[in-house]
Amino acid sequence: MKNIPLAALIGLFFTGLYFLAAILAPLLAPYGMAQIVGDVWEPSSSRHWLGTDSIGRDLLSRMIYGGRTTIFIATAATLLSFFTGSVLGLIAAVIGGWVDQLLSRFIDLIMSIPTLIFALVVLSVMPVTIPILILVMGLLDSTRVFRLARAVAVDINVMDFVEAAKLRGEGRIWVIFREILPNALSPLVAEMGLRFIFAVLFVSTLSFLGLGVQPPQADWGGIVKENKDGIVYGIPAALIPAVAIATLAISVNLVADWVLNRTTSLKGGRG
Amino acid sequence: MLPVVKLVAQRIALGVLLLFATSILIFVGTLILPGDVAQAILGQSATPQSLANLREEMGLNDPAWLRYFQWLGGVLQGDLGTSLSNGRDIATQIGARLGNTLFLAFWAAIVAVPLAIFLGLLAVRYRDRWPDKLISGFTLASISLPEFFLGYVLIFFFAVKWRWFPSVATIYDSMSFGQKLDAIVLPAAVLTLVILAHMMRMTRAAILNVMQSAYIETAELKGLTTFDVIRKHAFPNAIAPIVNVVMLNLAYLVVGVVVVEVVFVYPGMGQYLVDHVSKRDVPVVQACGLIFAAVYIGLNMTADIVSILANPRLRHPK
Repeated sequence: MKNIPLAALIGLFFTGLYFLAAILAPLLAPYGMAQIVGDVWEPSSSRHWLGTDSIGRDLLSRMIYGGRTTIFIATAATLLSFFTGSVLGLIAAVIGGWVDQLLSRFIDLIMSIPTLIFALVVLSVMPVTIPILILVMGLLDSTRVFRLARAVAVDINVMDFVEAAKLRGEGRIWVIFREILPNALSPLVAEMGLRFIFAVLFVSTLSFLGLGVQPPQADWGGIVKENKDGIVYGIPAALIPAVAIATLAISVNLVADWVLNRTTSLKGGRG
Repeated sequence: MLPVVKLVAQRIALGVLLLFATSILIFVGTLILPGDVAQAILGQSATPQSLANLREEMGLNDPAWLRYFQWLGGVLQGDLGTSLSNGRDIATQIGARLGNTLFLAFWAAIVAVPLAIFLGLLAVRYRDRWPDKLISGFTLASISLPEFFLGYVLIFFFAVKWRWFPSVATIYDSMSFGQKLDAIVLPAAVLTLVILAHMMRMTRAAILNVMQSAYIETAELKGLTTFDVIRKHAFPNAIAPIVNVVMLNLAYLVVGVVVVEVVFVYPGMGQYLVDHVSKRDVPVVQACGLIFAAVYIGLNMTADIVSILANPRLRHPK
């Protein structure tokens, strides 16, 4: 662990900071999430470090609670997409034949519609709640994980140790989870960072469009939406959550890059 | 030439099939709701009588497959149905907005494509030196930034602080061409920035890929300068992958345009779609979803066809 490059260290530091703030939100936030404590759009002061928002709530508190919501939804969606995507991908690769064809063509079909557009179509008839958001985002994103997992697993599936396990008479479940999954894990973990960023940007975009997390619940995209009218008066409140989204995304990217480089060098340059 | 024609025809047939399947998916996507459209429109407090009336009026009592074919038949004849929220014809409402969206996307593409190719070439020319590092740093920042952030930063500085451009991109028919261009400077700039990074990175990768071929080594050993190697030997071979990159990124514009239109209150398709998703106006959402998907599939198909035409190696699949 000594040779972590500076960029990855910075990334790890900020990623850790954001996650910690998300977990400890109720302890860190100086005011309540929906508590009105001041005037509209107060500038930053010693009482309100980031000023107040469009109806006089403390912006720092909203940012901390908002980060909690955004990070929670993104993490849950990423985990769901990894679970569904990698299980289906591995199954498709190991069983092959018509199961593989059916799954792959279906995934191709879903990916032929832009993710945001498909999410909007589904959300137009679903009640917009947090579990539904996680479900929609996680399932739509699992298509990309599926492709990666399947591609990696198809390679591993023809290796000698897998053949040996099959000849030994191990069942498919054993082959998938004990032989292929451990070997496919490192490229999948590196991909996880990128999917997490995508989920953060996606949920923020949906909330910004008014179709994600609903007020008074705070989340970063929603805070931008609530404060966007201030921009034309020169009040930068809407830019603060956007900066938070950007720094979180860049930090995770830096960590993911480092993990990816590490795993590719371990495998002799094979991505 | 025959195998080429056959391959292109196959790809077009696949595109049409995909579009057909997509229309089913979009239709089914709006069926998986608890309750039904009538319930969603009238809300929880609706009386059973008014629900039954609305269901009858919208034909919701027919089976789903019948409604799908009625809808598809209408779409094929240019009839996209009527909007639930204001009862007007969707096709006429979409017409002008689609034009506005294409106008915006067109100008963004005109600026972004040549710029991205030029910067991609520059990154290859100064590989691993500061211009390359600067460009990859910009790429990292750009894929990490949400589109609305770029939009508001530009509004904050260019429209509010320095007052160079309008903050809201309103457009109407009576405006002159120059006024329209002035109105869309900021949204077009945001879209350009959004696709520029991807396009640059992919162009760089495409050219670097070509640069590793044997004929490039020969050219280098002949003593040509790096720039001549790129211009005479690498670029002609990289055109096919670059055109592919451009098409894929124009497809990406389709999504970017939704958010950017909302940021700048631009009267285009994206704004229209988002408005009607919150109003739960299902026919409009289906129509917009289908148009967006069709443009996306069309651009991806064009990318594949251009690669087939430009790269003889692809004409002989194993």
